[in-house]
Amino acid sequence: MNAAYEKPVPEPTADSQPYWDGLAAHRLMIQSCAACGQARHYPQPMCPACHSLEVSWIEASRRGTLHSWTETHHPFHAGFKDDLPILLVTVDLAEGVRLQCPLRDGSIGALSLGRAVDIDFEDVTDGLTLPVARLAP
Amino acid sequence: MDALREQACITGIGETRYSRGTEKSQVGLALEASLNAIRDAGLRPGDIDGVIPYAAGMAVAEDFITNLGIEDLNYSAMTPMGGASAVAALQTALMATASGLCNHVLIVLGRTGFSGGRIGARVQQMPQFKTVGEFEMPSGAIAPPQLYAPMARRHMELHGTTSRQFAEIAVTMRKHAQLNDNAIMQKPMTVADHQNSRMISDPFRLFDCSLESDGGCAVVVSRAERAKDMANRPIYIMGVGEGHPHSPSVITQRSDLTRLGTAKAAPKAFAMAGIERRDIDVAEIYDCFTYIVLCQLEDLGFCEKGEGGDFVMDGRIGLGGELPINTHGGLLSQAHLAGMNHIHELTRQLRGDGGRAQVEDAEIGLVTGYGDLGDGAVAILRR
Repeated sequence: MNAAYEKPVPEPTADSQPYWDGLAAHRLMIQSCAACGQARHYPQPMCPACHSLEVSWIEASRRGTLHSWTETHHPFHAGFKDDLPILLVTVDLAEGVRLQCPLRDGSIGALSLGRAVDIDFEDVTDGLTLPVARLAP
Repeated sequence: MDALREQACITGIGETRYSRGTEKSQVGLALEASLNAIRDAGLRPGDIDGVIPYAAGMAVAEDFITNLGIEDLNYSAMTPMGGASAVAALQTALMATASGLCNHVLIVLGRTGFSGGRIGARVQQMPQFKTVGEFEMPSGAIAPPQLYAPMARRHMELHGTTSRQFAEIAVTMRKHAQLNDNAIMQKPMTVADHQNSRMISDPFRLFDCSLESDGGCAVVVSRAERAKDMANRPIYIMGVGEGHPHSPSVITQRSDLTRLGTAKAAPKAFAMAGIERRDIDVAEIYDCFTYIVLCQLEDLGFCEKGEGGDFVMDGRIGLGGELPINTHGGLLSQAHLAGMNHIHELTRQLRGDGGRAQVEDAEIGLVTGYGDLGDGAVAILRR
C-alpha cells in the first residue's frame, strides 16, 4: 500500500497475533481468560487473576470513555513529523480494559474525563490496521 | 527489615563535568566518575569488590574490571529500573555489603544523552518498553514525555493541578542550579519563561522536561564497620526500598494513573529507617518531569494525593523552605544523570559540603528514583 512507510510497525508475538489479525479485519479483539472470564489488555500469556494460560478472545464493543490524553507537538520520530500535533487519548473500554490511540476528530479543548468515544480503524499499510478514536455522536 | 538499617554507608562520591556535548564515551565518563568516587573514599580501585553499573547499554561490570585493573569482583549486578536504578542499586549494594559478601561496592553511570542517542531513539531499544513498543509506538506514542503526560493530565483533571504549579518546580530547580558550578543551566528562569516555553506533549512544556546531557557520576557504598575510619564522614543508609506500580510495563492499563511505584517504596524505606516524614531535612526527588516531582511528594506521604500542587508553592521546596528539594538543580537544570547525581548531592548535603546550596544543619535526607514507566525507589540517608 505504501512502500515508504516510516512509522514504527509492531512485531506481533504468539500472544498478540489474534489482536493484530482482528484489527486487520476491523474487529477489536481482546483477551478474555478461558478459565475465569476476566478481560485483559494488552495481550499477555497469563491471567493475573487466576493464573490460567488458557486464552479466549472476545470482540469488544468499541465503545469507551476518555480516561486521559496528551497532545504531542514535538517530533520525536521522523515518521510522525507531518502528523503533528497528534492527539493521543487513553480510553476506558466498556469491557473494563484500556486502549491508547489517536483521536481523529475534536480538539484538545473539547475533551473532558468520561467523554464518550467510539473506536474505529485505519488501514495504514499492507496488513497493518491501527485503532483510532472518534468522539461519540 | 530494620536489621539492614545503617549497615552500609556512602563513603565516596564522584562526578565529571556535566555538559551538553562531549567527545568522551559513556564508558569513559563512567570511569572518570568512578575514579573520582574511589579516590574521594580514600580507596584504590583494587579495593572495589562489587560493581553495579547503571544499565547494560551503558557498560557492564567487565568494563570496570578491565579498565580499573581490578583483580576480581565478589559480586556484580544490575538493577534495571530506568531512572529508579541508581537508588535501587543502593538497596542492592546494602545487601551485598551487609551480608559480608563485599566491602566496597561501586555504583556508576556514564551517559551521553546529548551527544549519543536521544531519548526518543533510546527507549525503542529498551526491553522494558516492549509492550509500549508493540501497542503504542505504532500510533505515535514514542517518548517518555508522551507516555507520562496522560498521568499528569489526569491528575490535573481530578485535582485541579495547574501548569503554573509545575512552573514553580521548574523555577525552583533553576534557582538551585545557579548555586551549583557543575550545573548546566545557569540562565535565570521565570514563571513566565516556563509558561511561554514551547509545548512538547501537553501538558508538558519544554521547561517541564529534564535535560539531555553528557556526564558520569558514581558513588561507593561500604560496609558500615569498614566506613568508620575512611576519608570522609560516613553517610549512613538508614532505609531503602523499591516499589513497582500496577501494570509496570504500560501506563495506559494502570489502575490508578496518579500513583507511582514510589507509593509502595516509601513505606518500606521509612519503616527500615524508623523515622517520620517530618524528620527529613532535605530531599532530592527524581525530576525527569516537573509533574513527577509533584506526584512523588504525594506518594512519599509529604502531603495527601491531590495536594501536591499546593504543596510545591510559596517557597516550601526552595532553599530556606520547609522541605528544600533538588538543591543541585536536579535533572531539570543541573544535568540528567539518571538520579545518580541526586545521590551525589544528598551525600554532599549531609557531609555539609553543599556549598552555596547547603541546607543548614542537614542531618537526614531522602532521595528518590523513578523510571521505566512507573518504578520507584526511595532511600533515606543520615550523617
